[in-house]
Amino acid sequence: MATETAPARQSYLDAPYGLAAWLLTKDHKRIAMLYLISITVFFAIGGLFALGIRIELLTPKGDFVAADTYNKLFTMHGVVMIFFFLIPSIPATLGNFLIPIMCGTKDLAFPRINLLSWYLYVIGGTLAIAAVATGGLDTGWTFYTPYSTQASQTSVTMAAMAAFIAGFSSILTGFNFIVTIHRMRAPGLTWFRLPLFVWAQYATSLVMILGTPVIAITLLLVMAERTLHFPIFDPKIGGDPVLFQHLFWFYSHPAVYIMILPGMGVVSELVAAVSRKQIFGYAFVAFSSLAIAILGFLVWGHHLFVSSQSIYAGLVFSIITMLVAVPSAVKTFNWAATMYKGSVTWESPTYWVIGFMGLFLIGGLTGLFLATLGLDIHLTDTYFVVAHFHYIMVGGAIMAFLGGIHFWWPKMTGRMYPESLAKASAILVFSGFNMTFFPQFLLGYMGMPRRYHSYPDEFQVLNIASTFGATILGLGYGLCLVYLLWSLKRGAIAPANPWGAKGLEWEKTQSPPTTFNFEEDVIVTEPAYNYAGSGKVHHG
Amino acid sequence: MSTHTSHIITPTRTYVAVFIGLIILTGLTYVAAINDFGALNTPIAMGIAVMKASLVVIYFMGVRYNTPLTKVVVVAGFFWLLIMFGITMGDYVSRAWLGVPGR
Amino acid sequence: MANSTTSGVAVGHDAGHGEHHPRLQHHFFDMDQQLEASTLGMWVFLVTEIMFFGGLFMAYILYRYWYPDAWASASNHLNVQMGAINTVVLICSSLTMVMAVRSAQIGSIRGQVGYLIATIGFGATFLVVKYFEYAEKFEHHLVPGLGMTFAPPADHIHAAHPVVGSSEQLFFSLYFIMTGIHALHMVVGIALMLIMLVWAWRGRFTPEYYGPIEVSGLYWHFVDIVWIFLFPLLYLLGAHLGAGH
Repeated sequence: MATETAPARQSYLDAPYGLAAWLLTKDHKRIAMLYLISITVFFAIGGLFALGIRIELLTPKGDFVAADTYNKLFTMHGVVMIFFFLIPSIPATLGNFLIPIMCGTKDLAFPRINLLSWYLYVIGGTLAIAAVATGGLDTGWTFYTPYSTQASQTSVTMAAMAAFIAGFSSILTGFNFIVTIHRMRAPGLTWFRLPLFVWAQYATSLVMILGTPVIAITLLLVMAERTLHFPIFDPKIGGDPVLFQHLFWFYSHPAVYIMILPGMGVVSELVAAVSRKQIFGYAFVAFSSLAIAILGFLVWGHHLFVSSQSIYAGLVFSIITMLVAVPSAVKTFNWAATMYKGSVTWESPTYWVIGFMGLFLIGGLTGLFLATLGLDIHLTDTYFVVAHFHYIMVGGAIMAFLGGIHFWWPKMTGRMYPESLAKASAILVFSGFNMTFFPQFLLGYMGMPRRYHSYPDEFQVLNIASTFGATILGLGYGLCLVYLLWSLKRGAIAPANPWGAKGLEWEKTQSPPTTFNFEEDVIVTEPAYNYAGSGKVHHG
Repeated sequence: MSTHTSHIITPTRTYVAVFIGLIILTGLTYVAAINDFGALNTPIAMGIAVMKASLVVIYFMGVRYNTPLTKVVVVAGFFWLLIMFGITMGDYVSRAWLGVPGR
Repeated sequence: MANSTTSGVAVGHDAGHGEHHPRLQHHFFDMDQQLEASTLGMWVFLVTEIMFFGGLFMAYILYRYWYPDAWASASNHLNVQMGAINTVVLICSSLTMVMAVRSAQIGSIRGQVGYLIATIGFGATFLVVKYFEYAEKFEHHLVPGLGMTFAPPADHIHAAHPVVGSSEQLFFSLYFIMTGIHALHMVVGIALMLIMLVWAWRGRFTPEYYGPIEVSGLYWHFVDIVWIFLFPLLYLLGAHLGAGH
């Protein structure tokens, strides 16, 4: 790794100077940093709720908190983590930072709308905290009716409004990416020369645009029924609570693809860089992103298998759910094939990537258990489901997010973090994660239901193991935060391309980039990942 | 990437013709609704509404002169709606098929 | 820094900054790209609006499938004349909207201002008629929410088609929510048009730059299209069973 002096020109971090210059910025890179700070705050809040849950579950009796309080803990853990951390995470930070650069352009199509999306996020987040402070929410993050519309005594409307506003933040991000990727690519940058991170973000944006409005209207209906007393889902007058579930999951299933697709995009970038090799089957990986986005809209009924949904609908949803696993598998095989016979170096991003691949694999395979109608009857609403989605969301999405933050940290901040600590935290996170969530597969399989704060004595040992794992996991995340913050002041100055990677962000911008990204207008003539000695060079 | 499609200026008489078409179709909607065509009332009403919406989209909103990408976006939006309606109603309609009381 | 052999990127030419249009934003290459991006952007946003209203139509479809008689008799309490007037008003407003955009394309400020005022006028008319319509519903105890008692009148319609449980309340809930959210969109549309009016009057739009007014027009037409579907679905579905008011 070459050591260099400070960048030749003022970076986007320095100029223009001042708080107002940041809060009124139109620079996609500054907006990405604003988002990074905000989502970290919400990750910590969501983590605190998780801590409360795991402490309660150390003992079989419900003795740490009352049942009502426990309901609030798991609900708010879910709401904060999903709406205020996972959904924005990679798109709003790495996506905002990298998409214009990877497309060879100066900014996103609509920079002011980008800033608006951050403000909407902050407003939604503030409302969520206000909801927590004024009674919390105890309906589960799923807001099922008629409990949420009629019986719950908590701040349902405020929490629903918070999620509603955050949803618009998400829509604006997606819409900006779609227009940018379609209309603002530099000359010569054809679709098949784009980095796979861009393909993945594009697919994610499609999901954001088509799905998020549905949860927006659904939450609005819940608010209308609860506060204005306009009955929509009320069974007493013939309304249908299962209609709520259909509408809710029509978004919330594709939402999980909003959470994982960007992570897969990051993994593609990291795998190519650490293997110094063209991604195996580039076109297959690109199209798999689109396939996941589209098929992901056709499977929501697998959340309704035991809801009185028709068995024929259940069969159709079950089959398509198994199909949607195929493109994810294609990507995983292609990543592995890329690393095979590549010049893989064991730098910290490699650790995060390998961690992702192992954990995502387990998460994905266990999804197939749940897709199988007969098995789901027994596994639904147990800890098996909880473990499955945490393997994907935490083991997959968060590991990919952290891997990406590490990989692009030198580019975004101009500093290197300490390699050995980064490897240590990757190992801590990986082991802590498995210790936390693997026991939960066993618990679920043995019948421990989710969302209960007390449980039969025979489940205690595994619960203690899980809580112990959660402590290690928390330490791993904490360590990350500490050394990354430390590196901002004391880390080694980063060169423009510390990893020797291919890509416009590494080869054509300094670390950190200047405000308008490129010194000269970009014209692209090569495929992506055009590493020397790649063997098969993809002809775009 | 300039295609200059945005510089096509539609003549006023085209717009007025579309307007008249929309008014006529509105009248037709009303007439069709007050007559009893049994199960066909709804498809007829929706067919006319789709025609009106298409006139607005193609002529008033200028999609006729837009890029193929814009056309795909328009169609995709309405198609996605059909996915939601079709599959959800698929559940409700097929519940009765099993012949088990209450399922 | 730029090593063209390894990175494959050649040095680009200056992007013609000499003759840039004052309304060209720095990150766009030329006015055409800017207009295309804006148009595509508005359509992507309209797709989100389609899905947003779509959730409401989904609820409508399910409950109509389950309660066809309640749906028909409830619909007959709606004022078809007012609904029809509003349909025609919106179609007129779409015509004036499109003429306003055309005026910008041919550089006529008078045309822009005149047609925009007409469009706003029609939009306001729509809202006034809606106000009277809602007032009538409140008077006739047809509001299933807001703490009010829902009490549809006993009339020959109900005699011929007995109401199933109290599912008529579902119809009216959806009626108020669907037309209410539509009306809110109209309000936003009018606000947008007022901004366009001020800009047009100040001569901001030219044949080379009329993106904002065109894109606002797209929004306006979309709101019209939603009404095109709401009118037959809410007002006319029971019409063949006997007159409303």
